[in-house]
Amino acid sequence: MSVLVVLEQRGGKWNRASFEALAAGERIGQALGVPVAAVVLGSAIEPLATEAAGYKVEKIFVADHALLADYTADGLTAALEQIIQGVRPEAVVFPHTYQVRDYGPKLATRFGKAFVSDVVDVKTDNGGLLLVRQLFQGKLSADVKITGQPQFISVQAGAFRAGQPTAAGSPIEPFVVTLAPEQIRGKPEAPFREAQRSVDLSAAEVIVSVGRGIKEKENLPVVEDLANALGAELAASRPICDNGWLPMERQVGSSGQTVAPKIYFAIGISGAIQHLVGMKGAKTIVAINKDENAPIFESADYGVVGDLFEIVPALAEEIRKTKA
Amino acid sequence: MKIIVSVKQVAARDSALRVNGAATWLDESDLSYEMNEPDAYALEEALQLKEKLGGEVIVMCAGPARASQTIREALAKGADRAIHIEIAEEGVLDALATARLLAAAAEPEAPDFVLTGLQSDDLGYGQTGVVLAELLGYSHATIVMEVEPQGTMVRVKRELEDGWFQNVVLPLPVVLTIQSGIKKLRYATLMGIKKAKTKEVKTVAARELSADLTSDAAASQAAMERVYLPSRSKQTQILSGDAKQVAHQLVEKLRFEARVL
Repeated sequence: MSVLVVLEQRGGKWNRASFEALAAGERIGQALGVPVAAVVLGSAIEPLATEAAGYKVEKIFVADHALLADYTADGLTAALEQIIQGVRPEAVVFPHTYQVRDYGPKLATRFGKAFVSDVVDVKTDNGGLLLVRQLFQGKLSADVKITGQPQFISVQAGAFRAGQPTAAGSPIEPFVVTLAPEQIRGKPEAPFREAQRSVDLSAAEVIVSVGRGIKEKENLPVVEDLANALGAELAASRPICDNGWLPMERQVGSSGQTVAPKIYFAIGISGAIQHLVGMKGAKTIVAINKDENAPIFESADYGVVGDLFEIVPALAEEIRKTKA
Repeated sequence: MKIIVSVKQVAARDSALRVNGAATWLDESDLSYEMNEPDAYALEEALQLKEKLGGEVIVMCAGPARASQTIREALAKGADRAIHIEIAEEGVLDALATARLLAAAAEPEAPDFVLTGLQSDDLGYGQTGVVLAELLGYSHATIVMEVEPQGTMVRVKRELEDGWFQNVVLPLPVVLTIQSGIKKLRYATLMGIKKAKTKEVKTVAARELSADLTSDAAASQAAMERVYLPSRSKQTQILSGDAKQVAHQLVEKLRFEARVL
C-alpha cells in the first residue's frame, strides 16, 4: 500500500506544481502511515525520471510509451488506470493543473470514485484524512472526507511547499503500459501562444488592478485616475477583460500575466485563487473591497473595507498631495 | 444537431454567505440564486451553435424546485426545452453523484454536443463535464475557448496555462466545458420570456433516474464534514475611518512603514 503521486510533464519539461503535489503526498502518506511512490508518464522521459529520483520516495514508476508523447485525456487515463491497478495505492495525488482538470475526474470515474480537487490542506481525523477545500472562490472552507479507496486528490498550486531534491537516488521502476492508437480519440495540435503582448506588466513597479467591484465600464476612470496619480500600470482580474472593458493583455492571474510589483492595489477584486497566483509575488499588497470576508484580505498587507468609489478618489487626491 | 447544455443554479455572486447551524453547508434561508456564470457562457455557445447548425438546445439542470427559475431563464434566452432533475433532499452532492444523474437524463437524448461551464461558482470542483463524458463514453475537452464544428468532428481551442492554447480535434458526440467570457451573453427578450412559458420542462425525480441512489445525499463519496469561514494566517492591517482618513493613513503606511511609495 502506498500513496501514488502523479508528476506532470509536457514536452520533457516539468510542471513545477508536481513537486508541490509530492510534498502533499508525503503529508498524506504520513497521515495514512504508508510510503510514497511517484509516477511520471510520457515518451522518452528518462532524464525526467533520473531527476525525479533525486526526491526521496519509495519508488519512481516510469511509463514510457510513444502514444504518451502528446497529452491526451484518453491516453493518460488508460495508462494511469493500468498503473493504479498494478500499484493499488490507497491515495492518488495530483497537482491541480489544467491538464489534471482535463483527465483526473475521468480517471477517478473509471474506478467509480469521487475526485476531491483543488485541496489546500490536509488534516487527520481518527486515522482518516480530512481534505480542506475552498468553496465560493475562497470565501468559505470545507473539510471533506472521502469514503472508499483509492482516494483521488489534487492539490492547489502554492498550497504545499515543494521540497528540494537530495540526490536520494530513489529506485526507478519501468511500468509497461499497453496502449493502442484507436483508444485515443482526441487529435491534439501543437500548443501556441497568441500574438506578442504589447503590455508587459511583469516589469511594472506599481500596479493598480481592478475587479468586478467596479461594476461598469463607465466607472473605470475612477481607477485610471489613481493609476495616473501613482504612475502605475493598470491591470485587471479576468472578468473585467472577459467583458472587454480592458484588453486581455492587462489581465493578471493564472490565465494572464504573473506580476511582482513593489505595490499592488487590488480594487474591487475578491481574490479568487486564479487571480492570487498571478500577484502573490508583490512586495506590498493593498486591498480595497466592500466585503470584509473577501479572500483578497487574506493576501493583503493593508486592507480597507469600504466603498471603492469613495476611497479610491480620496487616495488619488492624497497621493497627488504627497507628490506635489 | 442536438445540443444539451447542463446548467447549475448557485447562490448569487453578491450574497452574504452564512454557514448553517450544522456547519454542513450554507444557511439558505435568505439567499438569492442565479445561473452559475460559466454555465451561462456554455448556454450562449450552445445557442450560437444552433444558430449555425440548426437543431435544438435542451437545457438540463439538477437541483431543487427553486432551480426552475434558472431553467426558465435559459428557455427565455432561446433554449427549446428542458429537463429538470429534481433533487428533493437538502444536502450537497459531489461531482460524481451529480454527473451520474445528469448522465442518466442525457443518455436517452443521444445528443451530439453536451456543453457546460468549466466549473461551478459554489463548489468549484470543475469536474462535472469530464465525469459526465466518461459516464456517457463521449470524448471531451475542457476550458474551451472556441468551438468549430467539422461534420462528425469538432475542432476546439483549449486554454492551457500561462497564456498557451491548443487546438484539439475530437469526434462527436462530445462534452465540452466552456471557459467564461468567450462570447458576449445575450439577454432574454420580452418575446423570449413570454415564449418560455409554453416550452416543455420535463421534471424527473433524482431517485427515479439512478437505482443506486437510495437517498440523494448518500450517493456522495466526498462528504463535507464541516463548512467554515477560513482563518486568516497573514497579518493584514485593516484601516478604518472615513475615506479621507483612510487614504491619509494608507499613504503614510506605504511611505514610512512599507517604504514602497
